[in-house]
Amino acid sequence: MSDKKKSNIFQRLGESQVWKSIIRSGIPRTRRQRMMSVLNSVFLHLHPVRLPRHAVKVKFTWCMGGLTFFLFLVLTITGILLMFYYRPTVEYAYTDMIDLGEQVPLGIMREIHRWGAHAMVITVWLHMFRVFMTGSYKPPREFNWVVGVILLTLTLLLSFTGYLLPWDQLAIWAVTVGSNMARATPFLGHEGPGAALLALGDINFVNIGSDVKFALLGGRFVGEAALLRFYVLHCIGLPFIVMILMAIHFWRIRKDGGISGPT
Amino acid sequence: MIMNEEGKKEQTVSGNELGQGSTPTGPTLKEKVRKKEASASIGKGTFEEEISRRSFFSWLTIAWIAFSAATVAFFAMMMRFMFPNVLFEPPQSFKVGYPKDYTVGQVDVRWKSKHGIWIIRSPEYIYALSTICTHLGCKPNWLENEQKFKCPCHGSGFRKTGINFEGPAPRPLERFKIVLADDGQILVDKTKIFQYEKGQWNDPESYLVV
Repeated sequence: MSDKKKSNIFQRLGESQVWKSIIRSGIPRTRRQRMMSVLNSVFLHLHPVRLPRHAVKVKFTWCMGGLTFFLFLVLTITGILLMFYYRPTVEYAYTDMIDLGEQVPLGIMREIHRWGAHAMVITVWLHMFRVFMTGSYKPPREFNWVVGVILLTLTLLLSFTGYLLPWDQLAIWAVTVGSNMARATPFLGHEGPGAALLALGDINFVNIGSDVKFALLGGRFVGEAALLRFYVLHCIGLPFIVMILMAIHFWRIRKDGGISGPT
Repeated sequence: MIMNEEGKKEQTVSGNELGQGSTPTGPTLKEKVRKKEASASIGKGTFEEEISRRSFFSWLTIAWIAFSAATVAFFAMMMRFMFPNVLFEPPQSFKVGYPKDYTVGQVDVRWKSKHGIWIIRSPEYIYALSTICTHLGCKPNWLENEQKFKCPCHGSGFRKTGINFEGPAPRPLERFKIVLADDGQILVDKTKIFQYEKGQWNDPESYLVV
């Protein structure tokens, strides 16, 4: 009788087969069980089992890396939602963007995505600033700094590709200006240094129709093909690379001795 | 089966190596045992296809080379894939009507959005000016009152001739090849570019004498 009284709903739930099949170690009561429940969960195991006290000192880390990752998740979720309404064609892109603000329920979704993107660039910069100021790029963390710099570049490229998608005058001309810089890429851009060397007689291998700007835009100017390419890069291509690098970034934090702290 | 013979040969060699090295006499009992062990470790000795360890590695090498080559080829395909054979853009070479359609001293903006050119008729000749700003590639506007092209992006200004005179543009606008077609219409070819700073505006194809 007294036993039955003790086992409340949570305890019975914790001992049920369904619960134990999902969380194998049952309700964690001891230190070991707590550790096991973290290690046995695909989501929880990404986080260290134990943290040094300084790791939760917000004054030291500003939590900027965590905030960046949080914003990335926000952008992924809102981005997927926007994809249900947005069509990346010259005919529909601009009106779909207006539609997302005015007709679609919770018209704030696009704004969350836009402001989240601005915020993510800021938090990435602040994260980098913090890591630099605390010297957290020093050995053994040099490699992770390099991965972080690539992630910064990819964040900016995600902003750049997302910039074209509203397909208004600002978007078209900003990307025209931005992609024209690619013309001057060494060897890859047709106006860049070294491009003239890649020629056989009269044939320029790197010309206006074969250089890196052309590959980016899928044409000679910002048009239908550029919109589609930027859309694919923005929604699939770049996030795919970012996710792989983020996995490496987080993994290396643990392998390099955990999050850096004041020494 | 050639494979079979090769396999046996390999085993014998490895068996000898495992044994006393070079013993010309017949195998001792100890050696026999070792030989057995060695052939067992090779993968059951005379087992089915008789792929010995050594031949297995050579096959593996060929397989890896083939796989690497296929991967490299596929990456090349990926690169090529990004450069389409057909562009759904306005043609680079096109006709823009007869010379009498253009007024002397006027900048004609009819073809600006479709083909990206201005046709300008001066008292002596007609020329086709690119609408792409030489600074960062925006489209300047023709301001009739001020008689200049003004770029809305960063404020570059160009004279009617295309010569830059204000703003960040580093060089004049480009001109395109302009000739008369057989039917008397003006034919503009945007693949042939004439740049002022290279002295190419003196080229007879860069202007059309009327």
